[in-house]
Amino acid sequence: MGKVILEVRELTTKYVTRFREDVYAVDHVSLKVEEGKSLGIAGESGCGKSTLALSLMGYYFPPLHYISGDIIIDGKNISGMKPDDVRKSILGREIAYIPQAAMNALNPTQKVIHFIEDVVQAHDPTKSKKDIYEMARALFESVGLPASVLQKYPVELSGGMKQRTVIAVAVILGPKVLIADEPSSALDVTSQKMVIKMLRDLMESGFIKAMIFITHELPLLYNVTDDIMVMYAGQIVEKGTAREAVFDPLHPYAKGLMGSIIVPEEGLRSAKLTAIPGVPPNLKKPPAGCRFADRCKYVRPECRVTSIAMREVGEGRMYRCVMSEKELREAYQNG
Amino acid sequence: MAKREQICLEARGLTKVFGFGRNKTVAVDHVDLTLYEGEVVSIVGESGSGKTTLAKILLGLINETEGEVYFQGQKRDIRSYRQKQEYWKNIQAIFQDPFSSYNIFNKIDSVLLDCIHMRGGRRLPYEKKVELMAEACRFVNLKFEELTNKYPFELSGGQMQRLMIARIFLLKPRILVADEPTSMIDACSRATILDMLMQLRNEIGMTVIFITHDIGLAYYVSDTVYIMERGRFVESGSADKVILTPSHPYTKRLISDVPKIYEEWDLSTV
Repeated sequence: MGKVILEVRELTTKYVTRFREDVYAVDHVSLKVEEGKSLGIAGESGCGKSTLALSLMGYYFPPLHYISGDIIIDGKNISGMKPDDVRKSILGREIAYIPQAAMNALNPTQKVIHFIEDVVQAHDPTKSKKDIYEMARALFESVGLPASVLQKYPVELSGGMKQRTVIAVAVILGPKVLIADEPSSALDVTSQKMVIKMLRDLMESGFIKAMIFITHELPLLYNVTDDIMVMYAGQIVEKGTAREAVFDPLHPYAKGLMGSIIVPEEGLRSAKLTAIPGVPPNLKKPPAGCRFADRCKYVRPECRVTSIAMREVGEGRMYRCVMSEKELREAYQNG
Repeated sequence: MAKREQICLEARGLTKVFGFGRNKTVAVDHVDLTLYEGEVVSIVGESGSGKTTLAKILLGLINETEGEVYFQGQKRDIRSYRQKQEYWKNIQAIFQDPFSSYNIFNKIDSVLLDCIHMRGGRRLPYEKKVELMAEACRFVNLKFEELTNKYPFELSGGQMQRLMIARIFLLKPRILVADEPTSMIDACSRATILDMLMQLRNEIGMTVIFITHDIGLAYYVSDTVYIMERGRFVESGSADKVILTPSHPYTKRLISDVPKIYEEWDLSTV
C-alpha cells in the first residue's frame, strides 16, 4: 500500500434552501486515495457527485454547509478550518478543483498568462511576472501546449485547448490532489482524449499526486481511473477497482448503471440496454431505509426499516445492500 | 430492419456556404443523401463538421445555397410560410438542449395543444384533447395531471426531453430529425429516451435521422451510418460495416478515440 494522500472520514454536508430546508447531499462519505492513484466517482445527475467534490475542498460557502467528518490531506486535517485560511493555504497548493464547464468561465478580456499571474500572485505576491512566465512556459511545454497560448485571449482557443489551459492554471502551484469535475463532457472525442492524456501525463510526472475524476461516462471512467466509486442519493453504494465495478458490480444500482454503457464494440446491438425506472428520492426527506428501495427490482421488507451499512468484501471492495454477495449474484443470474 | 422500397427523402448536391469572400465557410459540401421509409440513419461527425447545418437544411430552417431536396419523390418547395407549415407536418425535430427548446412563456398544456391543432384537431371537444394529451404523456411515462398548469422550466432535463417525444407522438411525422437528443442527459436516462424513441418509431413507422458525435450511440440505434468530415460524407454503409470494419482513416481515428470497455484505449496516438 502506498502513502495515503487524501483521506475522508464520514464527511457530511448539507445545503440550506431559502425556505430553511436542509438537503443532505453528501451523507457519511468515506474515501481514501493513495499516492499515484486516481479515484473515479460515477452516478446520475443530482446524486451528489459535484457536491462531494465541492465539499472535499474544505471551502464552504452558503448554501453549502459543513456538518461533520474529517478531510485529511497528507496528514493534515483541513476540516473545521476558517474559509479564509483554506483559501490562502490549501486551495491551489494542497488541493485543486476544476469545476464543471470551467472553460466557459475564462474572462474574455484577459490573456491566458493573466489567469496564471492571478493565481500565483495570490499565494506569493513577491514573485515577479518574468518568473511566473517562465514557470507557466515550462508547465505548458511539459504537457504539450504551445507557449504561444499564454499570450492569447480565450476566444482564440478551441474548446479542447481552453479546457487544457484551465487544467494548467489549476495545477500551476503543484497541488497534491486534483479534483476534476466532468473535465471532458462538452468536448468531442479527439479533444477529450487530449485532455485525458494531459491529466495522465501530470499524474505520471508526479506534478499532481492523486486525482479524483467525476463523470457519468462510464467507459471513460473505466479507462482513466484505478478505482471507481458509485454514488446514489448522497451515499456511496459501491466501491471497488475499475475492473470490478464495471464487469462485476454488486449493488443493484451499480448493476443498472453498468447496463446502460454504450460503446462501439461488437455485441452492443444485440445487447439490451437496461433502464432504471423511477427517479431518485427527494433528499429533503430521505427515506429511512435503503435509498434505492423504490427503484430496486429485488426489494425486500427489511430494506425500508433502517439505514443500510456498507458491507466489505475483499480488500477495498464495498457495497451498501441488505443482501449478501452470494444472494445478489444468484438474483442477477435468475434475472 | 428497413424496408428498402420507398424513398422518403432525398438530397442531391446539397451545399451551404456561410459568408463570402475571405470569410467564406463551406459548412455542407455537395452532400447526397437517400433515406428510405422506416429507416434509422445516423450522421456522425465531430463538432464543426456540418452535421447540424445539414439537419437544419433538411428541416427547412435554413435555405440551401445549392442542391435540391426531394420529399417523397417530389421536389421540395417551401418558399412561402404556408408551404413550410405544410412541410413541417411531415418532418419534425428533437433538439440537443431541452432547456432552450421550449417557449418559456407557454405552459406545457399549450405545447401539447399546439401539436393537436397542427394535426387538424382544432375543432375537437376539449375533453377529447385532454384524452389525447394524457395518452401522449402516458406513452413517455409522464403523468399529465402533474404537468398541467406547469411551465417547462419546472421540469428536469430528462422530463423535458420526454415531453419532446410526447410531442412527436401527437404529431406523428413521417421523418424525425433527432439532433443529439441525449447528449445533455446522463447515462442512465439515456437508455430510457432511446428505448422510447425506438418504440415510437416502430409504432408509427417513421424515418429517423440521428445526428450525433457519439459513435457508440449511432452503432446502437441505426441501420445506416454516415460519417461526416468538413461538410462531406467520407464513409457510409450499414452500421456493422462502418463501425466494426472502418475503411476511411478519419472513421478509424474517430473510433479509436472513443474509450471502450473490452479493448485497450491507446492514449499514445494523440
